[in-house]
Amino acid sequence: MKQPQRPNFWQRDLVEGKDLRELTTLNLGPTHPATHGIFQNVLTLDGEIILDTEQTIGYIHRAFEKIAERRPFYQIPTLTDRMNYCSAPINNMGWHMTMEKLCGIELPKRAQYMRVVVMELARIADHIICNTIIGQDAGATTPFLYVYQWREKIYDIYEEICGARLTTNMGRIGGWQRDWNPLVWERIGGILKGLPPVLKEFEKMLVRNRIFMDRTVNCGPLSGERALAYGFTGPNLRACGVDYDVRVADAYSSYEEFDFVIPVGQSGDTYDRFMVRQQEMWESLSIIRQALDKLDAMTDKTSIHADVPDWMLPPKEEVYSAMEPLIWHFKIVMGETDVPAGEIYHCVEGGNGELGFYLVSDGGRTPFRLHLRRPCFIYYQAFPEMIKGSMLSDAILTMSSMNVIAGELDA
Amino acid sequence: MLGFAVKTERDQLVKEAMVARGGTILQVEHERDLLCISVEKEALHDVLGVLRDDFGFGSLTTLCGMHFPGEELELSVVYHLHNMREGHRIRVKSRTAMDHPEFRTAVDLWPAANWMERETWDFFGIRFTGHPNLKRILNMEDFPAFPLRKDYPLEDPTRQDKDDSFFGR
Repeated sequence: MKQPQRPNFWQRDLVEGKDLRELTTLNLGPTHPATHGIFQNVLTLDGEIILDTEQTIGYIHRAFEKIAERRPFYQIPTLTDRMNYCSAPINNMGWHMTMEKLCGIELPKRAQYMRVVVMELARIADHIICNTIIGQDAGATTPFLYVYQWREKIYDIYEEICGARLTTNMGRIGGWQRDWNPLVWERIGGILKGLPPVLKEFEKMLVRNRIFMDRTVNCGPLSGERALAYGFTGPNLRACGVDYDVRVADAYSSYEEFDFVIPVGQSGDTYDRFMVRQQEMWESLSIIRQALDKLDAMTDKTSIHADVPDWMLPPKEEVYSAMEPLIWHFKIVMGETDVPAGEIYHCVEGGNGELGFYLVSDGGRTPFRLHLRRPCFIYYQAFPEMIKGSMLSDAILTMSSMNVIAGELDA
Repeated sequence: MLGFAVKTERDQLVKEAMVARGGTILQVEHERDLLCISVEKEALHDVLGVLRDDFGFGSLTTLCGMHFPGEELELSVVYHLHNMREGHRIRVKSRTAMDHPEFRTAVDLWPAANWMERETWDFFGIRFTGHPNLKRILNMEDFPAFPLRKDYPLEDPTRQDKDDSFFGR
């Protein structure tokens, strides 16, 4: 679908050698319904063919790295929620694991498996959003309404675990605040049972659909070498044929015990990105099933937290009725727990790729410096190269298939 | 499993090569989770190039700035490099004084450094010579300060109730 960059002979004044094309400048964004987020692209168009793009980002920049320098460690998960808000639990867990790595806390297996369950649910929710939006932008509105309701059902599970649906602030440093109630397990069972038929219908509708394939195959392709040079990670890198996944390369939270496949694409185009995400949803469902089996087989049915009183909040009933637990609660929340000095880097496989936390602690109440590696921010810079020479409508599809989340892009 | 798998042999290879370079390498040591190399500013680009070409660190994971107020070399940049094939990560640091906040760009080594360097310029005022388009990225273009430097106040600078001294530190 790529078009030639230079003017053709009929577009050139053959005597004077001038370019006779009339180029158009088009502002795509900052707010545009098809960009699904607040970012601006100033496109230079020749008719409908994109010649150049100038990206402007930062519209919802909230200076999380600066705010974190004034916040006790315990209060930082609320900042991570608001990065990739489509899969907030993964961000929360990533931050908790970073702190656990710094403090040397090892979780009981049961808490780790519960984390795996919730992270994979979040990955499914993230991929549902991305893939249904690809369908939406290619003209198929139904999945956006029909498959999307399963995201709501996953949010129901979050709500039962932690009380929030979008910005979850889920889990605690060292484990979980409280055990999950029976309704959570029941709803997870509902997802495992109800989502596969819907995914099958979704795939039946799009995967071999002539119109969808015409729109997405060879739309916004990128080679594996370029993707690596641009620092791609996650599904977008795997769509280019590189099988890098943090869950396997640097396994965390007992992922090394699970049996799953890393799907890879070939040409790194929109169709491959769609298919990689689609396949990952199936793998995530399988991981959740394995985790539930492991949890069932365990004799331990209660432990949710590592044995670290310095980080474990007392039960809420006691906090509301007794003095000592109240003091204990406030000491944790206000950052009175000692944290060792040192610098560490920890990363998890977020919905979009390697979500990294570079944490420098000087032993104080707050981080000395926290740098967030947001995968969106790093791979979105490849967008001009990916769409150069293609049509405007392909640019929209390329962008939605890259799953650029404004919150993560701008942090 | 806490932390990354330790690649002792590969760390040792990098360590030997770095020690052989002599005076421009200020320190090579294992810091908690990763091997960390401190490099003099002038040699930084060469060292990064050697790491990429000879040791296979083909991807730049992060690039960020740091500010240490009151020290002689106040500003610092930190690179995290990743050799995906071997699953090996290292950290490279370099520091500079406040009156010469300049490093050579790494865009020629990893195109991914483009926006990361713009971000570092935006927040720390660290210039990268040779960068193709070094302008602010997340803040507005006419923003008057470099906000992640420690002397830039996050809120009302006269407010003292959040000082560490009130919390016994």
